[in-house]
Amino acid sequence: MRARVAGGAWRLPVVLLFGIFLSFPFYWMLITSFKRTGDLYDLQNNPFLFNERPTLDHWRLLFRETLYLRWLGNTAFVGVLVVAITLALAVPAAYSLARLAGRWGERAGIAMFLMYLVPPSLLFIPLSRVVAALGLQDTLWSLVLVYPTFTVPFSTWLLMGFFKSIPRDLEDAALVDGFTRVAAFWRVVVPIAFSGILTVAIFSFTLVLQEFVYALTFISSASQQTVGVGVPIFLVRGDVYYWGSLMAACLFASVPVAILYNVFLDRFIAGLTAGAVK
Amino acid sequence: MAIVQTVALTKRYPGSAEAAVDGVDLETREGEFLVLLGPSGSGKTTVLRMIAGLEAPTEGEIRIGGRVVNHLSARERGIAMVFQSYALYPHLTVYKNIAFPLKAQRVPRGLHREKVERAAAMFGIGRLLDRKPRQLSGGERQRVALARALVRDPSVFLLDEPLSNLDAKLRATAREELQKFQKQIATTTIYVTHDQVEAMAMGDRVVIMSAGRVRQVGTPAQVYDDPADTFVATFLGSPPMNLLPRGDLLVGFRPEHFRPATPDGPAAARFSFRVELAEYLGAERLLYGRLEDRPDAQEVVSRLPSYLPAPAPGDTAAFGVAAEHLLFFDAGSGRRTDRRVKP
Amino acid sequence: MAGALLLLPATFYIFALVGVPFLLAIFYGVTDIKVASDGYEIVGARNFRGILASPTFRLALRNSFLFAVSSQVLVIACATALALALQEPFRGRRAVRFLILLPWVAPISLGAIGWKWILDSIYSVINWVLAAAGLVNPMEPPMWLGEPGLAMVSVVTVHVWRMLPFATVVLLAGLTSIPRDIPEAAAVDGAGFWRTHFGVTLPMIRPIVLVASLFGIIFTFTDMAVVYILTRGGPHDATQVLPSLAFFTGILGGDLAGGAAISLFLFPMLLAAALLMLRVARRSEVT
Repeated sequence: MRARVAGGAWRLPVVLLFGIFLSFPFYWMLITSFKRTGDLYDLQNNPFLFNERPTLDHWRLLFRETLYLRWLGNTAFVGVLVVAITLALAVPAAYSLARLAGRWGERAGIAMFLMYLVPPSLLFIPLSRVVAALGLQDTLWSLVLVYPTFTVPFSTWLLMGFFKSIPRDLEDAALVDGFTRVAAFWRVVVPIAFSGILTVAIFSFTLVLQEFVYALTFISSASQQTVGVGVPIFLVRGDVYYWGSLMAACLFASVPVAILYNVFLDRFIAGLTAGAVK
Repeated sequence: MAIVQTVALTKRYPGSAEAAVDGVDLETREGEFLVLLGPSGSGKTTVLRMIAGLEAPTEGEIRIGGRVVNHLSARERGIAMVFQSYALYPHLTVYKNIAFPLKAQRVPRGLHREKVERAAAMFGIGRLLDRKPRQLSGGERQRVALARALVRDPSVFLLDEPLSNLDAKLRATAREELQKFQKQIATTTIYVTHDQVEAMAMGDRVVIMSAGRVRQVGTPAQVYDDPADTFVATFLGSPPMNLLPRGDLLVGFRPEHFRPATPDGPAAARFSFRVELAEYLGAERLLYGRLEDRPDAQEVVSRLPSYLPAPAPGDTAAFGVAAEHLLFFDAGSGRRTDRRVKP
Repeated sequence: MAGALLLLPATFYIFALVGVPFLLAIFYGVTDIKVASDGYEIVGARNFRGILASPTFRLALRNSFLFAVSSQVLVIACATALALALQEPFRGRRAVRFLILLPWVAPISLGAIGWKWILDSIYSVINWVLAAAGLVNPMEPPMWLGEPGLAMVSVVTVHVWRMLPFATVVLLAGLTSIPRDIPEAAAVDGAGFWRTHFGVTLPMIRPIVLVASLFGIIFTFTDMAVVYILTRGGPHDATQVLPSLAFFTGILGGDLAGGAAISLFLFPMLLAAALLMLRVARRSEVT
């Protein structure tokens, strides 16, 4: 048999090292959320073990005595609306940019992409005044209004890549067969690009989940807050951190998204590389 | 230069019932140009890759220059390979592409320039040394690939369909040049292709493969005039050999031997040929039709030089094949047999 | 012209909610507007001069660059190693990929809180392990978020932790997009592991790596969540960065003009990064 390349043995330690580094905090969240308070705060105890029996107390507290569920609901509400708005804006824009021949198409595409680079941490101050002027201060609608500013540019750029990879011939064939441009778009392009559109939707949803600055700035009441800001700000009573419940909260809001994201990752990568090859 | 030998070389992929390569025995001669010819899926490229060390055999031995190399990695085998896509390093200049094997083998820096320039001169690409692959035409890229393979004086050259990415016109000239080049350096060369014209034109010997097995090994004349079985007989030659069932044998004759029977010409087979379709190809003419006086009125093809008069579609004429051009195959196994029947 | 019509809603939206606020930010920067104020005065460059003179600002500026660049350098080095290690398929690769992606996918604020607990001044599990190994005095454990130097290391670590998955995935995608022929040709040519990767495959994906790095730098440079949650910019502004300083000044402090002016200093860096990215994209005809 062929000699194994000498560089084979190093792979496992590297993967192990980084794998542990990257996933440890979540493992720690898991353990912490099930440990009794006495166990958590006893310095004599080995923190890696359950020195007392595990408990569901922290989880119960989280779901019953805090606004956590409310925050999850708020976030989902904002997420769904923002994804809808994003698709409504980005799909036509991406299609038009992908099919627009010549320099202008490219330039417009690049301009769209550059908009993504203007960050929330630059816009949040003027936007806070805009939001206040519109009377949307301290409501979820302020977020619904503003979040597409970072989902739309990126989604447009991603979708452009997807649309470009669909040969024009297919639409032309549909036109010859008697469909209008719009019908051709719906019947031919959308089904083929469907996985790309889905990927963009998932990705936009995760961007909404991640957002911190705008939610922190625009919303002040606990009941209107999203999960990303509610947990760090409002799960702290006075100066006391309820670590057990905090960790439960973090874990619960992270893992399902990760699972969803993982499922769509390959498509997302395909979109990235398709978009990069102009 | 060295002799490449494979003994019972076999490759089985997990999950597949059929072996991709099934017990292939090969032995090259010193300095010869050996062609592996076969349709896609015949295993010819897999054999080449195993010789190169890019895939591990499931069973069997590979020997280069007399020593067993199964356990050696590709870089340790002292071979050079030209890939179908040329596999030029896109971020390096032509000079650096050609010099890469020298660097990898730690040839002293001082010798690089001389060797690179010599290899480049051999293929007439000396003036391209500062360009990058993306600035080159297909033909130029192929030459860079060849120069890179040549630069370290390998003992064996392996070529994987290097002409298939060139357009038709370029292919003919490239073929000629490749042949001349190989004669000049006289290094043992193994060349994989599915194109029979290339194989016949270039090979000192041809290895015909199908479904992972070797069907026949011989000079181009041998495999063409003296095929070992019906696969070889019908794979070579365009249009393929005519085959007529006769009892438990198949009678075979090539289209160019199927001619208008002249009254006093010696013929072992005479047929009544009704022409259905004629194709005029410039230098020759192809006639497609049926044998009328035969039980199943089979379809046959005739190939005549255009300067000879030929029957038109709809006409029937007497055609025949000389006895020495009749080949007989066993209908069950497809193998050549010495038995004869009345055609 | 239906094409232009399709483009209109998105363009209008972006113009209204990105373009206009951006101009507003510049406008605020040159006024003395405060949250509570009714009117305003144009004060020209006074805000900017004042900011530049402030030591806190200079510290935040330095930190922004320091954190962004150092974390990105670490990310690229680690991601290269990890991507090379993950290139060959192996059993359980999907599971490993899932675990590796977690920091990137989880909301950044929640990941930061997780780290805050891990780095807690009293209950840090890291300190427990170090003490158990005899490497630190249990009576005086390192204050990961309390000492200026350590706090900076902690912030950079969390940024690296967060960006590593993204860079790894991008690098992996780049490596797998290289046609199989090329590493094989390198092998036949006599190249071993190091030469094949550092001489051939990694240079081939340099454009992708560059773009991913620029993305990473921008993410880190413009992020305020990590600093806000871990240290609130402390201790004594040791980990303050431009976005967090802008937040404290403009929103919590009510000084809109000052906050806007601070945040505007983000822009030149972003512009430079954007231009670099465009240049890379333009020249990226590698194969």
